[in-house]
Amino acid sequence: MGAGLGIGRIGGSAMDAIARQPEASGKIQTAMIIAAALIEGVALFGVVVGLLGGNAA
Amino acid sequence: MLINRLKTIFLAFATLVLTTQVFAIVENQAQTQGHGQQEVGSHQEEGNHHGTSGHHEDHEFNVTETIMSHITDAHEYHLWGSHDAPVAIYLPIILMDQGMKVFSSTHFYHGTVKYANVDTTGKQVSYLVGSDAASGYALFQEEVYKTVNGELQFENGAPINAKPMDFSITRNVVALFMSVLLILILMLSTAKYYKTNGAVAPKGIAKFVEPIILFVRDDVAKANIGEHKYKKYVPFLLTIFFFIWVSNLLGLIPLLGSNLTGNITVTLFLAVCTLLVTVFSGNKNYWHHIFATPGVPVPLLIIMIPIELVGILTKPFALMVRLFANITAGHIIILALVSIIFINKNAAWGALSVPMALFISVLELLVAFLQAYLFSMLSALFIGAAVEEAHH
Repeated sequence: MGAGLGIGRIGGSAMDAIARQPEASGKIQTAMIIAAALIEGVALFGVVVGLLGGNAA
Repeated sequence: MLINRLKTIFLAFATLVLTTQVFAIVENQAQTQGHGQQEVGSHQEEGNHHGTSGHHEDHEFNVTETIMSHITDAHEYHLWGSHDAPVAIYLPIILMDQGMKVFSSTHFYHGTVKYANVDTTGKQVSYLVGSDAASGYALFQEEVYKTVNGELQFENGAPINAKPMDFSITRNVVALFMSVLLILILMLSTAKYYKTNGAVAPKGIAKFVEPIILFVRDDVAKANIGEHKYKKYVPFLLTIFFFIWVSNLLGLIPLLGSNLTGNITVTLFLAVCTLLVTVFSGNKNYWHHIFATPGVPVPLLIIMIPIELVGILTKPFALMVRLFANITAGHIIILALVSIIFINKNAAWGALSVPMALFISVLELLVAFLQAYLFSMLSALFIGAAVEEAHH
């Protein structure tokens, strides 16, 4: 859920930024994707811990 | 030339894999008659699960087990068919146990099934004891152990028997070889094109590869490492990028795909490579930042130094877990969606689950590229931080 909220916020700010300055949309897009992937990483850390706990138990 | 030789190897490999399938089918037909016998340990099993051939039982469809068997490494490619009459490609098992022993894994998969009580709750697990060439060994959860009196002894849910050194060609190893071959063919063809034609606008396969290489060189390497020092690191970043991308894509192939980058040992190795490159290319400025971060008062430094040292390790650790979790999670989702059909035992559920699985598969194509890009970009970032010159 945290990941969903976080990525949603990033997407939102990225949209705002592109609306303000359409020329920079390429760079903003790149930054957005990177941040989204990093947050996804954190969320998947949680998934991995869950999997490990479930398997070992 | 080298590329032609590689292409021949590739074709030979593919032909080999396909012919073994033919042999597997033939061998399976012959074996279905005198199918692997049942041998129960010391407990009677209720019901007739793995009955003799000809029966069409209703196997309990265990979702977790099916998904896990697709995600983890295995010694066979189970293509289709039920438990009793599978169509599979059996991979060789290579053991070093006072000399090298090589045999096909059919000797396990068509060997004897034994059950054992694992713990006090009465939970039973099954393992396969090898026959003929594989006698003296047993396969438990796809790992080879040496048997004692033809049995495995369990303790706390795991066997305590000795394990021989296992160099088998498993599914992941095959995927690794295929990735490497594919990348070699791609890159060597491109290199040959430039060697024979000079620095011109390319045609053919070089036309496809060049933009990607330039993208990695400019947007990943140059942008993060800096104009003066990026050249040394471009080969490393290119290797990481293409290896992860190709391996991710190969894992998505339906029957013959194998989850190579979803294996944490593989991603661990990639992360260790990044760690080594970062640490060995660290210049004085980098180490100065770690051990004596400028502008930090001395009492705080005592806390900062361990934190920074741990920080060197956690960054590649995060890379490793990120790649592993992304790819594995994607595979699990696809498998779970397809399993919906099997849980409900009604093909009509396919109308719901197949489009969803298709959508997730397309997303996985994007994820394959994205994770490769991300891994290489973060590696470039860490290398850039290591070789950065002081600003003032």
